[in-house]
Amino acid sequence: MTEALSPDVPLLECKDLSISYFTRAGEIPAVIDFNLTVHPGEAVGLVGESGCGKTTVAMAIVRYLGGNGRIVSGGITYRGRDLLSLGAEELRRLRGNEIATIYQEPMASLNPSMTIGRQLMEVPLYHDNASKRQARDKAIEILDAVHLPDPARIMAAYPHQISGGQQQRVIIAMALLANPQLLLLDEPTTALDVTVEAGIIELVAEIGEKFGTGMLYISHNLGLIRETCDRIVVMYSGEAVESGTIDQVFDEPRHPYTHGLFNCIALPTTDKNARPLVPIRGQLPLPHERPKGCNFGPRCDFFQAGRCDEGFIHMRETDVPGQTARCLRWNEIDWAEHEPERVQNIPTEVGEEVLRIDSLRKYYEVHDRSLSALISGKAVRHVKANEDLSFVAHEGETIAIVGESGCGKSTFAKVLMGLETATSGTLDFEGDDISKTEVGDRSAKQIGALQMVFQNPFDTLNPSQTIGSQIVRVLRRFGQADSKGEAQSMMLKLLDTVKLPRDFARRRPRQLSGGQKQRVGIARAFAGEPATVIADEPVSALDVSVAAAVTELLLDIQRRNNSTLLFISHDLSIVRYLADRVIVMYLGQIIEQGTTDEIFNPPYNPYTEALLSAVPVADTNVEKRRIILEGNVPSPLDPPAGCPFSTRCQHRLGEICGTIPPPRQETESGHSILCHIPLDELAKAEPVFSFKDTPQAAE
Amino acid sequence: MRALKSFALLRESWVGMAGAFIVAFWIVMAIFAPWIAPYDPLELMQPFAEPGAEWKGGGTFWLGTDSLGRDILSRIIWGSRTVLIYAPLATICAYTVGIVMGLLAGYRLGWWDMILSRIADIVLSFPVLVLYVIVIATIGASGINIVIAITFASAPGIMRIVRGLTLDLRNRDYVAAAQTRGESDWFIMLAEILPNARGPLIVDACLRLGYVVITIGILGFLGLGLPPPDPDWGGMVSESRSLAMAFPYMAVFPCIAISSLILGFNLLADGLREISLRD
Repeated sequence: MTEALSPDVPLLECKDLSISYFTRAGEIPAVIDFNLTVHPGEAVGLVGESGCGKTTVAMAIVRYLGGNGRIVSGGITYRGRDLLSLGAEELRRLRGNEIATIYQEPMASLNPSMTIGRQLMEVPLYHDNASKRQARDKAIEILDAVHLPDPARIMAAYPHQISGGQQQRVIIAMALLANPQLLLLDEPTTALDVTVEAGIIELVAEIGEKFGTGMLYISHNLGLIRETCDRIVVMYSGEAVESGTIDQVFDEPRHPYTHGLFNCIALPTTDKNARPLVPIRGQLPLPHERPKGCNFGPRCDFFQAGRCDEGFIHMRETDVPGQTARCLRWNEIDWAEHEPERVQNIPTEVGEEVLRIDSLRKYYEVHDRSLSALISGKAVRHVKANEDLSFVAHEGETIAIVGESGCGKSTFAKVLMGLETATSGTLDFEGDDISKTEVGDRSAKQIGALQMVFQNPFDTLNPSQTIGSQIVRVLRRFGQADSKGEAQSMMLKLLDTVKLPRDFARRRPRQLSGGQKQRVGIARAFAGEPATVIADEPVSALDVSVAAAVTELLLDIQRRNNSTLLFISHDLSIVRYLADRVIVMYLGQIIEQGTTDEIFNPPYNPYTEALLSAVPVADTNVEKRRIILEGNVPSPLDPPAGCPFSTRCQHRLGEICGTIPPPRQETESGHSILCHIPLDELAKAEPVFSFKDTPQAAE
Repeated sequence: MRALKSFALLRESWVGMAGAFIVAFWIVMAIFAPWIAPYDPLELMQPFAEPGAEWKGGGTFWLGTDSLGRDILSRIIWGSRTVLIYAPLATICAYTVGIVMGLLAGYRLGWWDMILSRIADIVLSFPVLVLYVIVIATIGASGINIVIAITFASAPGIMRIVRGLTLDLRNRDYVAAAQTRGESDWFIMLAEILPNARGPLIVDACLRLGYVVITIGILGFLGLGLPPPDPDWGGMVSESRSLAMAFPYMAVFPCIAISSLILGFNLLADGLREISLRD
């Protein structure tokens, strides 16, 4: 551990690595011909969609492949040492002292029955034979280094007593305690909210600089990789298809798949009408059904039969030093000429008012039966899940409701759908107040006119019924079809609409991929020709290329039906792409609302400003102002007396913010901001996003 | 179609196949008892004949005769009918009650859950055997009353399993989707939740079938089973109890019959569990 690190000797090197899993069905290659080098102090990003083998690579590096995984050929060297020939004892020492891994679920990596302090102290106690006192000091020091407030309190806390972001910081602290040379981060922020994620990303970058740790950062989020890494390796179906520095790959991708990926994600330059997303057609091949030759061949626009499907394609150097691509035609394709054909969509006409929500409140009662609560007379407390919501939605309009977990957006969806009733306020839908009408008391017409697309594709369909019968049930239920035959033919037409083959009607959900299930979910929601559809993070669980296709489908059907779309999301990139108007929620309140342009440009509510800055952007043209929030979202049981955001606000004025509820300031155009700071003061803020050169597609 | 597919899967688990084979063996015995059994199970022939003894009237007592001279083999074969009619019947009744209670408690929650769970707690707090004795002593010994007693004693246990599964499944998005299209509670419970809870329930049902076989044996042994002289495995063990030291075969063969059937059900349950874990 003491030997000097020469920057010339790579920290980690994977050479021609191939890994297979051996199952009952035979050998399944998970990673093929994979090359990677990580130098000391360098962060390398590994990007790919689910099932592309990125986690398998990380597992192979720490040799945790499980019973049926095996490295078939190639090698992994760590600082010149062959990792594959190490014995069990050496491996154990290496994993603890030199290579540390951080996983996605922080709670699963901490022991719930031990205090944080004891878990942290274990590391120096066992690895460095430190005394208890030294271990304690070291643990506190490291907690300070990962910017956890009040380390002494954290030391005494159990994992469930701190928030998810703090847990992930503790995990990082634990990994750093052994002073590792290499950190493997496997989607470390995927389970966290964006503003918390921003803090962790900054921490990881700081660690790299301060400790000179080499990092392998695995993620499906291109924006995140762009902001954290120096180099990037893009994986597709078990193979690395392109690698290079961040600037090389983001500015001039050479592989058609990488190109396709960038056309799939919502960037500040995309727009749902003038410049819509271009999904990659087809699906990821299953590991045992990969095509001959180029794995991406069947989905590639530049596929040449007889050439691309001939034999195995090796990674090859491009004209830019350091950038490699696994494509035979990398230098034949003129990307400027092959700008993908983008459909020009006609913006939907915004029609008359469909939904009017006025001062809607939803409180949940929480009964506290403790003695102190009885004495103080606070036996019943209220969770203010929705506080004073007011907005209007028009026909054909897309409204995004944005906020982090616990902001009350899902509760609002429940009230709207009639699964819960409002505590007070009104909710006028097509002329009737339905705020206190449960779904069972609504008419079939009302129910059919107000439908929902759910978040989790693996949960949205009943696994024991066929796709067809589930859609038919909805059609019959909403009185769309009078006879069985009619319902059957309508169901087949709906499958056409969501671009699924008709024979899917007889299939069961487990035979479908996530994206296909979500299409069925969309078909089901639009079966009753709804006036309003509420979509709760409909694509957040899907892979990038699939998400783009599902998003476009959703918008397409919305346009055709001229429905109102309420799009609930935490992802501001996609919101900017598809929304006409945006509502930002925090702790149950609407903190800002206005048109998409108004939200993305000053004046900002301070929370919106922080939220915008937290969203990773996968475009090297965009410069972002960094705002990292301190602290956690307060409990909705005990919100601040004044402004809900006052505990974390970066522009806090003082006493007034915490004690007096802020006024709702409104401009003439209807842009409203909840803040004590006057509008003209807020308008002086610099825009969060600035462009290096003007995007061509803005016209 | 699906049953065939499940069977094809079962073939991959030799434990499950062994169980299925034993159970199938006894089902064949029960169905074809009149043709398979060498004698009338109620006919008094030659008391205390050893296994393998020849009978004057022709034929062999393969498993001997009891103290009244009835052929043990024939009684075991005919006795399988009792077990294979009442054990599944009792299990089905117990499941029907337990599933309805569990769905109501787990889906509606609130007062439904409170009352149903407390009832279950009370029933489960009694020792099972005491419960059987009380129930049968109150309503009398008969085939139907065995079913009632077993339903009464096992439904609460089943209810707890169903309630637990329902608590998990009720939060799925497809249940929310059914709610948002205004489906009735019963539709949601029976069409959306129950079919997706079937995996663990089928395995439990197989184990419980084995347990019910024991119970019927015990009830027979205690004289709470079918009234004599109908052949009943538990009753046969009970009748030969005082003579078991001198004539062990009178008790041993019915015991083997009982254990083999239970073993069959348990192996089948193991096999099914193995399959259900696989995908």
